[in-house]
Amino acid sequence: MLDAGLTSRIAAFISRSFEGRIVAPDDDIFALGFANSLFAMQLVAFVEKEFRIDIDSEDLEMDNFRSVNALSALVERKLSATAER
Amino acid sequence: MNACFPVGDRWKMNVLEDFQGYQDEIRALASQYVAPHAAAIDREERIPAHVVTALAKAGLFASGLPEQFGGLPASDGDPVAAAIRHGLMHEALGAASASVQGLVNVHHMAGSAIARWGTVEQKRFWIPRLASGDVLAAIAITEPNVGSDASAVETRASRAGSGYLLSGDKSWITCGQSADLFVLLASSDEGPLAFIVPRSTPGLQFEPINGMLGCRGYMMAKLRLDRCEMAPDHALGSAPFGLTHIVATGLDAGRYNLAWGCVGLARACLDAAFEYSRTRRQFGSPLSEFQLVQRMISRMMTDIHAAHLVCWRAGYSRGRRETTAIKETTMAKYFASQMVNRVAHDALQIHGANGCGPDYPLERYARDARIMEIIEGSTQILEIAIARYGYQEHLS
Repeated sequence: MLDAGLTSRIAAFISRSFEGRIVAPDDDIFALGFANSLFAMQLVAFVEKEFRIDIDSEDLEMDNFRSVNALSALVERKLSATAER
Repeated sequence: MNACFPVGDRWKMNVLEDFQGYQDEIRALASQYVAPHAAAIDREERIPAHVVTALAKAGLFASGLPEQFGGLPASDGDPVAAAIRHGLMHEALGAASASVQGLVNVHHMAGSAIARWGTVEQKRFWIPRLASGDVLAAIAITEPNVGSDASAVETRASRAGSGYLLSGDKSWITCGQSADLFVLLASSDEGPLAFIVPRSTPGLQFEPINGMLGCRGYMMAKLRLDRCEMAPDHALGSAPFGLTHIVATGLDAGRYNLAWGCVGLARACLDAAFEYSRTRRQFGSPLSEFQLVQRMISRMMTDIHAAHLVCWRAGYSRGRRETTAIKETTMAKYFASQMVNRVAHDALQIHGANGCGPDYPLERYARDARIMEIIEGSTQILEIAIARYGYQEHLS
């Protein structure tokens, strides 16, 4: 079960980037037609800053970025890996 | 000059004096090793090896690269200070020679992409070589049919066993004549994919591009890739992130560097205008006593001051890895690249016919300035991006 607070923060950021469009948790954000390279970089900068994690090259998988839920799962994995260290 | 930036919930005054020592040092280095050769670099369309060696010896290629892999140590662990120092370095180079600033810029663009998105093995192998300047890097995005729309690159990466075969043409590649390594964008079945391509790759050919309007020492070239074999460990990141993350990281770094470079070039224009208007006499008085000249001087000074502050703000955001850093950087490049054209225009106007001739650097400055609005995102492309940021922020 994904952390609802975390998911809603990511969804809010993406919604702002997509001209206010409401993005459902499992929407393919790259298929909606709003994503571009600037958005992609902002998204990385946002999750890194917001959740104090580092996104690395091994995280660059489409399945980690495709949707709000996918991104939330990535953030949760990174957070728990950090907590275990 | 003072610059105020918020730190936490308080305001800290970061004064330029904090960086005075470094600024003096880097400007002295650029004045000694780069500026005396700027006219010849422009005329001969090449940067001599001894200039590159001097920059390497001074550690300029290591700036911005991670310390654990041989990059320059962050200033006392302060990433904001490191970002500002990096900018001041590009400013100093921009004042000395826009062409040399370009060489260091594309090196840092490629290096930042590898440092940000390379595997640990790629970083371990490449970053120390880039930091020392033993390997000079460049970035290869544009093609004969592809400029602003980098998503449409036609250079093709086809699967070949566990690796790839690269085929296609690149054009307008800064330092294409000299770089040892290219961070190169290709398209693949899975989407855009970036590669680390050594110059020695079999099947990679180069054709110099000469006679550019400005920045003639960029040593531009066309690249032809004819079934160049790429081992898997030469892919940088994965598809489809080649453009949106890997190359975009390089471009973002390039915009920051270039914005500062524009401030430097503009400062060179202003210094020349001060010097000339003080000594050139017309109607029995130095030009500096004419109010219409003073108007141009005041406009130039204010423009440079504003651009400098925008660059500082971008450096501050970048050092703190703020979400707005990309916007701040985009705005800095957008403003500074237009600013330097206004400043070069006024400085040349003050010089009159002398500014158009070979005895003064103004004609070179004006030609170099014109390039700044085109590379690393044209003014118009940046306008689209900035407006988009604005609408996002308005919503929030």
